[in-house]
Amino acid sequence: MSHLLEIDSLSVTFGGLHALKDLDFHVDEGEIVGVIGPNGAGKTTFFNMISGMVTPTSGDIRFEGESLVGFDPNQVTQRGIARTFQNVRLFANMTILENVMVSQHCRTKQGIWGSLLNTSGFRKEEQEIREHAEKVLGFFGSRLVGFRLEQPASVLSYANRRRLEIARAMATSPKLILLDEPVAGMNPKESVELTELIGKLRSEWGFTIVLIEHDMNVVRDVSDRVVCLDHGETLAQGSFEEVSNDPAVIEAYLGRPLEKKA
Amino acid sequence: MTLATETTGTKASNEVVRGAFDLDWRDLIRTGAILAAGLVFLSLTGMPEGLDSRVLIDPFLSLGYVSLFWLPLIVGWSVANEKVLEGMAATRKSARDVVAGGVVGAVGGAGLSLLIALISTFDIRDPLVNWNESTQAFLSFQQGTSFGIVACIALCAGLGAFGASLHLMPRKVRRAVVSALLAVVAVAIFESFLVDVADPLSFLYSKTGGLIPLWAVMVGVAALAFTLLGGGDRIGKARSNYQTLTGPAKAKQDTILIVLSVLALIIIPMITGKITQELLANVGIFLLLALGLNIVVGLAGILDLGYVAFFAVGGYTTAVLTSPNRGPDWPEWFPTMPWWGAFLVTLLMAGLVGLFIGAPVIRMRGDYLAIVTLGFGEIIRILFLSDWLNGYFNGAQGITNIPPADFGLFEVKGTDPRSVFYLVLVFAAISIYVSWRLERSRLGRAWMAVREDESVAEAMGINTVNVKLMAFVVGAVLASFAGSVFSAKVGSIFPTSFLILVSIIILVIVIVGGMGNIVGIIVGSVVLVGILGGPKQPGLLAEFSEYKLLIYGALLIWMMLQRPEGLVPNARRSRELHQDEFLQDAWLKGKVDDADENGNGAENGDVAPGLAGGAS
Ligand SMILES: Nc1ncnc2c1ncn2[C@@H]1O[C@H](COP(=O)(O)OP(=O)(O)OP(=O)(O)O)[C@@H](O)[C@H]1O
Ligand SMILES: [Mg+2]
Repeated sequence: MSHLLEIDSLSVTFGGLHALKDLDFHVDEGEIVGVIGPNGAGKTTFFNMISGMVTPTSGDIRFEGESLVGFDPNQVTQRGIARTFQNVRLFANMTILENVMVSQHCRTKQGIWGSLLNTSGFRKEEQEIREHAEKVLGFFGSRLVGFRLEQPASVLSYANRRRLEIARAMATSPKLILLDEPVAGMNPKESVELTELIGKLRSEWGFTIVLIEHDMNVVRDVSDRVVCLDHGETLAQGSFEEVSNDPAVIEAYLGRPLEKKA
Repeated sequence: MTLATETTGTKASNEVVRGAFDLDWRDLIRTGAILAAGLVFLSLTGMPEGLDSRVLIDPFLSLGYVSLFWLPLIVGWSVANEKVLEGMAATRKSARDVVAGGVVGAVGGAGLSLLIALISTFDIRDPLVNWNESTQAFLSFQQGTSFGIVACIALCAGLGAFGASLHLMPRKVRRAVVSALLAVVAVAIFESFLVDVADPLSFLYSKTGGLIPLWAVMVGVAALAFTLLGGGDRIGKARSNYQTLTGPAKAKQDTILIVLSVLALIIIPMITGKITQELLANVGIFLLLALGLNIVVGLAGILDLGYVAFFAVGGYTTAVLTSPNRGPDWPEWFPTMPWWGAFLVTLLMAGLVGLFIGAPVIRMRGDYLAIVTLGFGEIIRILFLSDWLNGYFNGAQGITNIPPADFGLFEVKGTDPRSVFYLVLVFAAISIYVSWRLERSRLGRAWMAVREDESVAEAMGINTVNVKLMAFVVGAVLASFAGSVFSAKVGSIFPTSFLILVSIIILVIVIVGGMGNIVGIIVGSVVLVGILGGPKQPGLLAEFSEYKLLIYGALLIWMMLQRPEGLVPNARRSRELHQDEFLQDAWLKGKVDDADENGNGAENGDVAPGLAGGAS
């Protein structure tokens, strides 16, 4: 069986810097894969490259058998890969509802004439967009709905901004979601809660997930499989236990045993 | 200290003197010096002297003096003004603030006095054309230099002190005084307009122009009485009532307001004279342009500095299709058609040109895009001017004899500005409808997302190139409305009708009015084109037209510093520009994150870090 996402000996260089070197990687449908690695290991670059924001120097990325190399980011999203950003990048002056509505752009099609003539097709689609948006926001409990819907994203607390980022990615109706440090900046309680939600993203919504995370509790709790990157290369791969006990990984994290925090 | 002991008299003067020592003298002198520089600069532009012939109150006051001496008044007011910080009581205003205003005014006036003295000593007329005796005489009130030197200092000190003393008055009195002053000045300045609107009003004015003093006093008293009796309060209350409305009640109010304003717009041109009709027609044409540019700049965030290109394409396409004088090289079969037919072709043409210019440009971002569009704006004009296309567009001679737009029942032509206005009104309604619908659609949201963060919009599945191109094309088509009407209105068009200045003025309208806000755009066009005048069209203040660019520039700088969100702010834009303050306020009110409290995160304390991150 072929993998959902398959990456073959892929390299990215910035000037002289090899951000990713000869990387092989794959995700199967329904998997949750954790990506870990010290700062500057190339994790975010890895996501940027899958989502088309960075063009690989060499190698191939295939999603459902189709090569994504040379695609614009919007085409990648259209194919079914959504992402969040490590440094939360919401549309700060759009309302929370609009943030989620706008990311359904590639799944909807009404154009100028529909909106000018206010056709029934247009009204129906607007209605559907809104309903879908509210359903997605409802996934996070009462936090992002109700009076929040009409508030600008900029008034949200840090944790809520992260949640809205995930909601925005969910709204693009993807098959694969890339989460870049989803719990960074959250307190332990919120982390636990979000960890649970990430599990539900798979069990209830059917998304396949790759997440980058520094919080090892989260990685341990949700990942089926863990990949550790360092200096743009795969250091180790396997279950959380295998990877966290791998001497090379411990070495990369400056000799700190990974379970210390647990 | 010796000064203090010498002047000890009554208790009050004692306080003033002690107050004077508390004043921040360095600051006052500095502000005074800035005022002096402003006054000297303004005098040397020649504007006040040039406006001296325009009498406001016969025979005492000319527009020239008003246009110069408002400055010490305002500076005096603002010296005594202070920002009240949240949670701090405002310091009580006292006589020392008046002293401060007077000092600043005097220093400013000293600048003018110095100018009067220096004009006869040095001759630097070469770079400064207004460095001459007539400026000197104007500043000396035609009474000789020594009188002028003293009078300037005294007058400016007085005005500065008066400005500051406004703070001492009770709120109500202050508003009454200010509105009385403004009313007199406005009634005097808008003389020709008011007489044009309502001929009977001419009894207010003397034969040689200017308010008759008695009536000036009456107007002032009337305004004073109106404010004191609470007229202003009631208007303010109605407004805040309206602003708090939501839902269906608001929709109802909106409908009533819209119907009323449309009715007013239909009726006004019927009762006014030609001058006002012409003015309204010009405002309308620029409103059309501004509405189009608002989609491009305000909604999609594409800074297009060459927007005039589409106006030109619209104008020339209509001209070529309707005029018999269109240039000899057009082939035999090329049709001449009535205006409405030409108009439809124009829309198509503008859309195509928008696509053609947009396609290469739209992949650029920010500053690069601005510069390139600036270039395209000029290229289009120069093409129309060029020898190469001379056979088609007659180069600098332009296309003349453009027939009026004939609609069977009535004609739209330049000599009948009312008909032009009605046509413009129809198009403005269409443009407003288009803007309003698109803003609330899938496309409008995509435009906003692109404006907020282009790369994220792209990552969220929006084809940013297509979406931006769409904004460009819609903008181009809306601009061609204006071009087409313009052709029919003026009857002859030349490359010089489409200077880069037009782009800039449209952009200024959008910025000054309030980006992304339709009401703001309307206010912006009325204020800039209606009152100050368009690039070639005179406004209500026709006297200022020579100094229009100076005023535009000053207005723009002031706006960027004080009110970057525009005259009529869009809530969204306002937030964007005052984000820090907004977050600060929200924090002070402790309101930012109440949703988390009803969940399980009451004690999580993420409020403060989240805010700190946002506000820093
Ligand atoms: N656009 C870019 N241009 C040049 N160098 C870049 C660029 N983006 C990333 N890099 C470099 O590539 C390397 C990998 O960066 P990346 O952001 O992928 O690390 P990361 O693993 O996500 O780290 P962190 O855990 O801190 O988020 C770093 O050395 C970074 O400086
Ligand atoms: Mg990273």
